[in-house]
Amino acid sequence: MSHAVQDRPVAFAKPRGPLAHARLPRWAPAAVAAGSVAAGTGIGLAAGWHSKVQWGMLSALLFVLATYVVTTKVEGARQAKDRIATSLVWVCFVLAVVPLLSLAWVTVSKGLEVLDGYFLTHSMNGVLEVEAGGGVYHALLGTIEQVAIATLIAAPIGLLTAVYLVEYGTGKLAKAVTFFVDVMTGIPSIVAGLFVLSTWTLMLGFGPSGFAGAMALAILMMPVVVRSTEEMLKLVPNELREASLALGVPKWRTILKVVLPTAIGGITTGVMLAIARITGETAPILLLVFGTKLINPNPFEGAQSSLPLYVYEQYAVGTDAAVARAWAAALVLIAFVMILNLVARGIARWKAPKTGR
Amino acid sequence: MAKRIDVSGLSAYYGAHKAIDDISMTVEPRSVTAFIGPSGCGKSTFLRTLNRMHEVTPGGRVEGKVMLDDENLYGSGVDPVAVRRTVGMVFQRPNPFPTMSIFDNVAAGLRLNGTYKKSELADIVERSLKGANLWNEVKDRLNKPGSGLSGGQQQRLCIARAIAVEPDVLLMDEPCSALDPISTLAIEDLIGELKERFTIVIVTHNMQQAARVSDRTAFFNLAAVGQPGKLIELDDTERIFSNPSVQATEDYISGRFG
Repeated sequence: MSHAVQDRPVAFAKPRGPLAHARLPRWAPAAVAAGSVAAGTGIGLAAGWHSKVQWGMLSALLFVLATYVVTTKVEGARQAKDRIATSLVWVCFVLAVVPLLSLAWVTVSKGLEVLDGYFLTHSMNGVLEVEAGGGVYHALLGTIEQVAIATLIAAPIGLLTAVYLVEYGTGKLAKAVTFFVDVMTGIPSIVAGLFVLSTWTLMLGFGPSGFAGAMALAILMMPVVVRSTEEMLKLVPNELREASLALGVPKWRTILKVVLPTAIGGITTGVMLAIARITGETAPILLLVFGTKLINPNPFEGAQSSLPLYVYEQYAVGTDAAVARAWAAALVLIAFVMILNLVARGIARWKAPKTGR
Repeated sequence: MAKRIDVSGLSAYYGAHKAIDDISMTVEPRSVTAFIGPSGCGKSTFLRTLNRMHEVTPGGRVEGKVMLDDENLYGSGVDPVAVRRTVGMVFQRPNPFPTMSIFDNVAAGLRLNGTYKKSELADIVERSLKGANLWNEVKDRLNKPGSGLSGGQQQRLCIARAIAVEPDVLLMDEPCSALDPISTLAIEDLIGELKERFTIVIVTHNMQQAARVSDRTAFFNLAAVGQPGKLIELDDTERIFSNPSVQATEDYISGRFG
């Protein structure tokens, strides 16, 4: 016992270094990155690798290793672990961003070749598909109408389902609904298309129409809306509901006037993500809307076109003019989704709970 | 306006668990009644049974009678929504509605109930904010969000919101426990003024506060953890803090247990 007490001060007397350590300068990570890219490029050239991806992978590997070696030498082992984690995060970030930027760049550069006012305002009526000319108006119109109808069907149902699950649902029914919503999230779009095809088209005998496609899109959209809205409603503090109830406000008005406005920003974002998901669907459109070269503004009767379907058809034609139209339509599609997103963010920011004095 | 509350044989449950057991007491109008007692003894649960907020909790249910003057809050055909318009509540943590401005927060009760005249609204908001001693601090920024106020101001905003609907009784569940001493003092002064118009019931963990603001004090206790809470005694605050009739009360307020 007494020995142990006497031994103690020895442990404390372990020599402790100064608090300041050698530090790498602030530009060191950038320098290591530049060096790694240079080395990766050099080795790639020397070895005669054709793929730039290989060069990049080698550079990334060199960057992580070099960071570790340099930091161990200068700053010590603990700092080296810290830096290696940081460098891995950077590498992953670049890995994620490169394909994204590359995709955007390719689409914009190829799409701008034929994208102009004429392209946006004319259909393919009377245009030979192998030749240049024509436009995307009929497909853009079809996409807007189909997505709008799908949203009008799916957003209210999804929203109300989520309200039921969060505010009212208890017991077996709520559990069953949650389970089936989860299952529905995983439905492949072609299955949704086949379902509508078998009921609406084959059993009830309706022809192809934008509305049939919109129903399939609504099936795909609903679970996404339910899920995201549910999460947003759960984030609303219970205290707000109690504060409202304690003022003598009925439950339905509490939900309508307090809970939903508090969560409206997140709900809008969720609905927009769901819209973005269905806007790019090709399979159910191919089955149910059929595709046409003509402008058909009536979504309830006759074949329509849509942007993803148009891209698919034009690419399948395969001539230079058709492929150029496919890229331009792809650009229109991306721009459409992006504009919707920006509008939604604007609404969300405008409606979000306000802070500040 | 202010009404007497007469509770008899009241028990409250969370599912199968009995939280409070067979409580009977009378709360006098135009006075402040404080509930004290150790954590988990059912003070807040009992408070929430007085405006039927207890049943909002999943599994919450109540047995017994709560008479507000001559009406039983738990009588058949009584609408809990109507009860809550008569018996207002202020919560432990200030909870202004984040989507609403200061003005809208105070007007919320009237607007959401749809029971107001447009021309009167501004007057009611001003009167309520003055009643909560907040008017001078916020009169120039009524359109700013309520969540931008300090904690103490937010709590007074919540009090203004509660009194804007002109309830008969005001329940306060530890209204000062999240506030600093200055804000606490402001709220306590306010309680002193509000008792001229309302019947006030306040739950507090701060025994000095109970001694300062209340006319009558009720002491709650529980036999052991997991047992239901019980009312030990209810008496004039002076008696409770100087010469309580039950030994457990004396032990609690003198800090010998709990």
